[in-house]
Amino acid sequence: MSVFTIARLELLIARRNMWVATAIILMGLFTVVLTLAGGAPTGTLGIDPLTVALTSITTLSVYLIPLIGLLLSFDAIAGEAERGTLALNLTYPMSRGEILIGKFLAHLGVLGVAIAVGLGLAVVLTIWQHGMTDLSFLPLLKLFGTSIALGAAFLGIGYLVSSLVRQTGVASGIVIIIWLVCVVLYDLGLLGALVADDGGAFTKDVFPWLLVANPADAFRLINTPEVSVSELASGIGAAGGVSGAAGQSASLLLWPVVALFLAWAAFRRIEP
Amino acid sequence: MTTLLIENLCKQYGKLQTVKGVNLKLDAGERVALLGHNGAGKTTLMRMVLGLTPATSGKIAVLGTAAGSRHARNAIGFLPESVAFHGALSGREQLHHFARLKSETTKRADDLLERVGLSEAADRKIRTYSKGMRQRIGLAQALLGRPKLALLDEPTSGLDPISRHEFYDIVEDLANSGTAVLLSSHALTELETRTDRIAIMSEGRLLANNSLSALRQTAHLPIHVHVTTSEADADRIAAELGGERVNGRSITLTCQQDGKIAMLGQITSLGAVIKDVDVTPASLEDLYRHYSIAEEGA
Repeated sequence: MSVFTIARLELLIARRNMWVATAIILMGLFTVVLTLAGGAPTGTLGIDPLTVALTSITTLSVYLIPLIGLLLSFDAIAGEAERGTLALNLTYPMSRGEILIGKFLAHLGVLGVAIAVGLGLAVVLTIWQHGMTDLSFLPLLKLFGTSIALGAAFLGIGYLVSSLVRQTGVASGIVIIIWLVCVVLYDLGLLGALVADDGGAFTKDVFPWLLVANPADAFRLINTPEVSVSELASGIGAAGGVSGAAGQSASLLLWPVVALFLAWAAFRRIEP
Repeated sequence: MTTLLIENLCKQYGKLQTVKGVNLKLDAGERVALLGHNGAGKTTLMRMVLGLTPATSGKIAVLGTAAGSRHARNAIGFLPESVAFHGALSGREQLHHFARLKSETTKRADDLLERVGLSEAADRKIRTYSKGMRQRIGLAQALLGRPKLALLDEPTSGLDPISRHEFYDIVEDLANSGTAVLLSSHALTELETRTDRIAIMSEGRLLANNSLSALRQTAHLPIHVHVTTSEADADRIAAELGGERVNGRSITLTCQQDGKIAMLGQITSLGAVIKDVDVTPASLEDLYRHYSIAEEGA
């Protein structure tokens, strides 16, 4: 029961702090722009217009969802430690695991609503522009599910940082660095290694696994439909094929679990 | 059953030993004041009872269960020093949240808001509260779930004299309903009539642990008698009584408990030249100084 009590309070705080509104506006605004902009050139290509929209939204989500996840979570433990509310909370009859899960459920709820609003808007706009014909909804469900998993992974990472550093200022700096590494620098690094390796053992055996090891890349691969891959993406897509959908799903499922577990382990060591 | 039993408790942070072999026992309905300056080990002691930090050695039992166990935490109400809450919540929202965590009804939380005099401000955001108001929310949450043991760390800091009075009324009700209350404080004077027992801590050690009158007896501290007379007579009377003239018309005398009546008799026999007499027994400050200096000297 404590879990839901915590979740309820965190939701209330998230609403007060305008996090709910911010997340929804961010996701909604970007998906609307991408759906409208993405729809313009593809009218005659004969590709399912929803697929086109979702491809753009996937690319956007790789950046936006980890960012929102980290911003929601970096304050969770460090903020309480700094405000001085942590000690009192920890004297209440509930475990630290319950506190963490409660916060996680609330934050995941905020993310889920924002993602659902964004995707919902994309569907409505697509139908409005192209009518109901030839829309495949399976990729939509897949994108929603994997977006939640991606968000959960970065929430867990945010809690881990928050438990380890205990100062919100430091925590916010670290999560921005983590975000930058995961969504930008990691890929650049791999690309550099690929170029240097020039089709050697690294490219065949190590690279595909390193690629899916990053939840952001696993998310990108699992949601990239084969018809829409560009020339550059096709190389990465082919490499992703080695690890396969199983590897990508495993990455997206394992990351939230492992990150939350590590966050819990770090949180348990805190003496307020 | 003993509500709180502490046996030979020690706490060590690296080389620094902050609590050294403390023994303390609280029964249901007892009010015990924990005195000591900053760094004496009071807060560390409370944190160990709460299970926030593990004891290095020794034993703590809350109603027979280990400190920090769910059962123990359910039985404890805690008011931390300089209590803080999330500023975006209203007092009522915050207290309802704590009530749910203690499996208490929100109705009871509303009653407690009234009890601590916050029902007017309950729906305002906590960030607009004064320190005293936050302290009241803190007290209200400590009363949730009818605790068997209340740990109140510097509970009256930030409260004005009237609020302090109301606070001790609440503590008295709490003790009367069978809760053992352990509170720490710097404001010594207010504790004199409001607690059953005084425990004095200094540098991690428990130096004294007894009722106020028993502590006074053991300490043999002098009683101060202030005599007011006229300016013309002050010197003569000071010499006669063996006291010290402090300003124009006042004389200060000291005596032990057993010599008090004789001295008062001597003063009243002087007749009309005496305008007023004040008798001050050893205050808590004196006692506190006595016990902590005695330790340092030893």
